[in-house]
Amino acid sequence: MVPALEQANKLKARFGDLISEPAGFRGEITIQLANAELIAEVCEFARKELGFDYLVDISSLDNYGEDPRWTLAYHLRGLANGCELRVKADVSEEKSELPTVIGVWRTANWHEREIYDMMGIRFRGHPDLRRILMWEGYPYFPLRKDFPLAGKPTQVPEIAFTQVAPLEGGPFVTAPGGKDAIEREPRARTPEG
Amino acid sequence: MLACAPLLGRVFMQTWSEIGYDSKIEGDVIVTRIDAALNWFRKNSLWPMPMGLACCAIELMAAGASRFDISRFGSEVMRFSPRQSDVMIVAGTVTYKMATAVKRIYDQMAEPKWVIAMGACASTGGMYRSYSVLQGVDNIIPVDVYVAGCPPRPEALLDALIKLQNKVQHEPLLATLKKVA
Repeated sequence: MVPALEQANKLKARFGDLISEPAGFRGEITIQLANAELIAEVCEFARKELGFDYLVDISSLDNYGEDPRWTLAYHLRGLANGCELRVKADVSEEKSELPTVIGVWRTANWHEREIYDMMGIRFRGHPDLRRILMWEGYPYFPLRKDFPLAGKPTQVPEIAFTQVAPLEGGPFVTAPGGKDAIEREPRARTPEG
Repeated sequence: MLACAPLLGRVFMQTWSEIGYDSKIEGDVIVTRIDAALNWFRKNSLWPMPMGLACCAIELMAAGASRFDISRFGSEVMRFSPRQSDVMIVAGTVTYKMATAVKRIYDQMAEPKWVIAMGACASTGGMYRSYSVLQGVDNIIPVDVYVAGCPPRPEALLDALIKLQNKVQHEPLLATLKKVA
């Protein structure tokens, strides 16, 4: 079992300033890339030389209000040695684009499509970048922080529609502090009680 | 009763040759109205179209399996063809993306048709109040029976089927026919 810290240090030795100091938390090692454009090269090296042959997940974060708005986290795993590593890359909102890692792991195809669907980050070089969860023609990116949980009404004729889901105030609301569970239970309540 | 069984057998054989009404034969004939008869036929052979979308589909399968046998109630075949089914059991979360398909399948079913909304997600959207889940399948198709539960037990689904059967039994069939003229 090669410790992830060793692998991270090998990456740092190869790429120098591009890779940050490996940060550790509860046994998980994370490295940050200074430039997201070189993600494909870093992943290529990680797979070929260091044996990270399994891309567990690509996750995206919306740092709403901070300057590089998007942070992508690539979770790598070496199946032979059980070693796990997290590689993070920042992308600014004006750019909203970075190279695809499909050439390294084919499974990134659907992960990147999901990130495009939910956040709106594009992947240069992706052969088929289209929505995977919502339908073609859906006008929003739902997992952005400025998109409301309840959704927005949309209409794509012949394909699909959405309405706003009822959230605050009903129809099923709990009433705290009742004398027993039946009074407190979530049910539709009139304004009086 | 056992002692007079041979006596009964002899009496029965004697009535075979009788002409006209005999209470033994008359007992097997029921006089009823066409409405009631047709509704009885329909309610006892409701073939479901299982629109199994999520976890409720597992409970639907359980209701169709041997322990909670749904075919006791006449739902002998889970017809996955809408043209050959009577009741659509919407079991599971209906997302907006799937809603068009559900509506399309419902439109393809032949009259008379009914709908059972099984589970919380099909009834009201369930625990999913979000941008992607239709808040209740009754936004797109008319529902006859709602089953609460997440997922409802197979017995609850069978109870809903019984309620639907009661509804079918009381449908005024020929009365609506006469209105046309």
